[in-house]
Amino acid sequence: MTAPARMELVCPAGTPSTLRAAVEAGADAVYCGFRDETNARNFPGLNFSAQELAEGVRFAHDRGTRVLVAINTFARVGDVDLWRNAADTAVRCGADAIIAGDIAVLDHVATNHKDAIRLHLSVQAAAATPEAIRFYAETFGVRRVVIPRVLSVPEITALNKNIDVETEAFVFGGLCVMVEGRCYLSSYATGKSPNLNGVCSPPEAVTYDEDGKGMAAKLSGFTIDRYAPGEPTGYPTLCKGRFNAGGKTSYLFEEPVSLNAGSLIEGLKKAGITALKIEGRQRGKGYVSEVVRAFRRAVDAVEAGGDAVEIDRILAGQSEGGRQTAGAYRKVWR
Amino acid sequence: MTNVSLTLGPVLFHWPAERLLDFYRRIADEAPVGRVHVGEVVCGKRMPFSDPCWPDVIERLERAGKEVVLSTLAAPATVRERRSVADLCGDERLVEVNDITALPARAGQPFVTGPFLNVYNEATAQFLAGRGARAICPPVELSLAAIGAMAAACPEIEFEIFAFGRLPLAISGRCYHARLHGLHKDSCQFTCEKDPDGLAVDTLDDQAFLAINGVQTLSNQVQAFCPTPETLAAHRIARLRLSPHTCDMVRVAEAYRALLDGEEEPGAVRATLAGLDLPGEMVEGYVHARPGWMTAATVD
Repeated sequence: MTAPARMELVCPAGTPSTLRAAVEAGADAVYCGFRDETNARNFPGLNFSAQELAEGVRFAHDRGTRVLVAINTFARVGDVDLWRNAADTAVRCGADAIIAGDIAVLDHVATNHKDAIRLHLSVQAAAATPEAIRFYAETFGVRRVVIPRVLSVPEITALNKNIDVETEAFVFGGLCVMVEGRCYLSSYATGKSPNLNGVCSPPEAVTYDEDGKGMAAKLSGFTIDRYAPGEPTGYPTLCKGRFNAGGKTSYLFEEPVSLNAGSLIEGLKKAGITALKIEGRQRGKGYVSEVVRAFRRAVDAVEAGGDAVEIDRILAGQSEGGRQTAGAYRKVWR
Repeated sequence: MTNVSLTLGPVLFHWPAERLLDFYRRIADEAPVGRVHVGEVVCGKRMPFSDPCWPDVIERLERAGKEVVLSTLAAPATVRERRSVADLCGDERLVEVNDITALPARAGQPFVTGPFLNVYNEATAQFLAGRGARAICPPVELSLAAIGAMAAACPEIEFEIFAFGRLPLAISGRCYHARLHGLHKDSCQFTCEKDPDGLAVDTLDDQAFLAINGVQTLSNQVQAFCPTPETLAAHRIARLRLSPHTCDMVRVAEAYRALLDGEEEPGAVRATLAGLDLPGEMVEGYVHARPGWMTAATVD
């Protein structure tokens, strides 16, 4: 498909106050979820009640911002109605789109709310080929696909030439190195997983043990990384840990980095991407305001024909602290 | 007695053609399995090596009375990989769909789904049944109770549970065998061939944990779910899937057949399996809705 006139900036809203912060910082759309296991960021203190969503939608719409509701875990057998009801509630609250990955949820929305709300295909559906995307578009009327973080920019370009739905790409935040929605590493170690519980490497499974060799960060007793005395400790996310394999000790899957594809905004636009997604529904108001404001300026600069140096300068403040990568968007990542 | 059938899943590893031919010859002649899946599921780059041997393998298996299922790639990406999925879907034999990519190409013809496809509930299973799904092997993280509840709601579909083998836990765009050897996926030198059961990934404290197989991550431990026929009947499980390893798979299949026929107790079958050259400790946490690495002893 041809590149859209103007890319949309899609921003995280973990709570009503971060929703307001993201809207005020210049988000074109915010995404959020209900306070239960129907969304993939099921943490205590996060997310929205139906009433909070309705109020959030009013606040956002008054300022020209759209609200997308993530119902992106896989419905539990015997309890599919909890997920169907979440979709019904999103419609009732006036949300602009539902982001779903489970065929059960997509089928329910397509059957019952076809003209009331847009459907976006969650990254959890792992649709990365024209055939898969066309299937979701033709079967359920999906209008936009969030594409998995395993494709390079040239691959995204080729993909967009072969489909006629919108595509959304992650530009900032977490980096899943496995195909999303098809990774069971977390449940293997802890019993809790993104698909079933909306969590990965959950905090209740984490322990830090001081031993003679330093500080061991463990997940369900499995040592995921170890730090020298005095070295700052990290969170033991399974695929960002250090392991022994083939006689080597290394960050076998991925270093403890996060995704920052800010420098690729122009490339993603040329690749036909409709929307850029910032991750971080667990993050606070201050963080969301700052990141959204920076990306707002960067996207506006790209849309105005700004050069790479200018974009880098705008986003320079976002690359301090933790290590960052452009991930699979650069082909050498593989 | 029970009418539960044994399915031999696809070989997930990069075995040379000779090994594949030998393996399937013996399966054809000796293994008490009704259905055998063949084909490359993990990495399209391996297909030029294995593709030439499939016609012989299929002929041999079918002459021995086995039902052959053609397995499709779990994460097709390139034009060539997508074409191979479409080609397989045109076959008259049963096809295993491991990615939604295959669904349109298989429209109107029967198929089975493998553990790479996200079928987590009865509504999704019923939707797929309407499109031609005859058997469903759900993702490995689902419990026996969950699969049983799905089976109860979908009497027209056979449900299969992943009973034996290293658990397929994740798939990526990045090749970890290549990365470990300082290479990129595009010039991987096929180093995964050196590890016919996958390469062990231990923690910094040398705890056995995971295994890599090219772009795939598996458990280090081996799923060894040994249920009684009564348990399977109560959960309407129609099939047990055995995932191939380099250990004596004929012996594995014989042990499971004896279990399903009520000739051996679960404990005796576990003892038989433990005596084979398995690549890891035997676990079954997932079937009990616990972390997958838990053993039969630790889930109690």
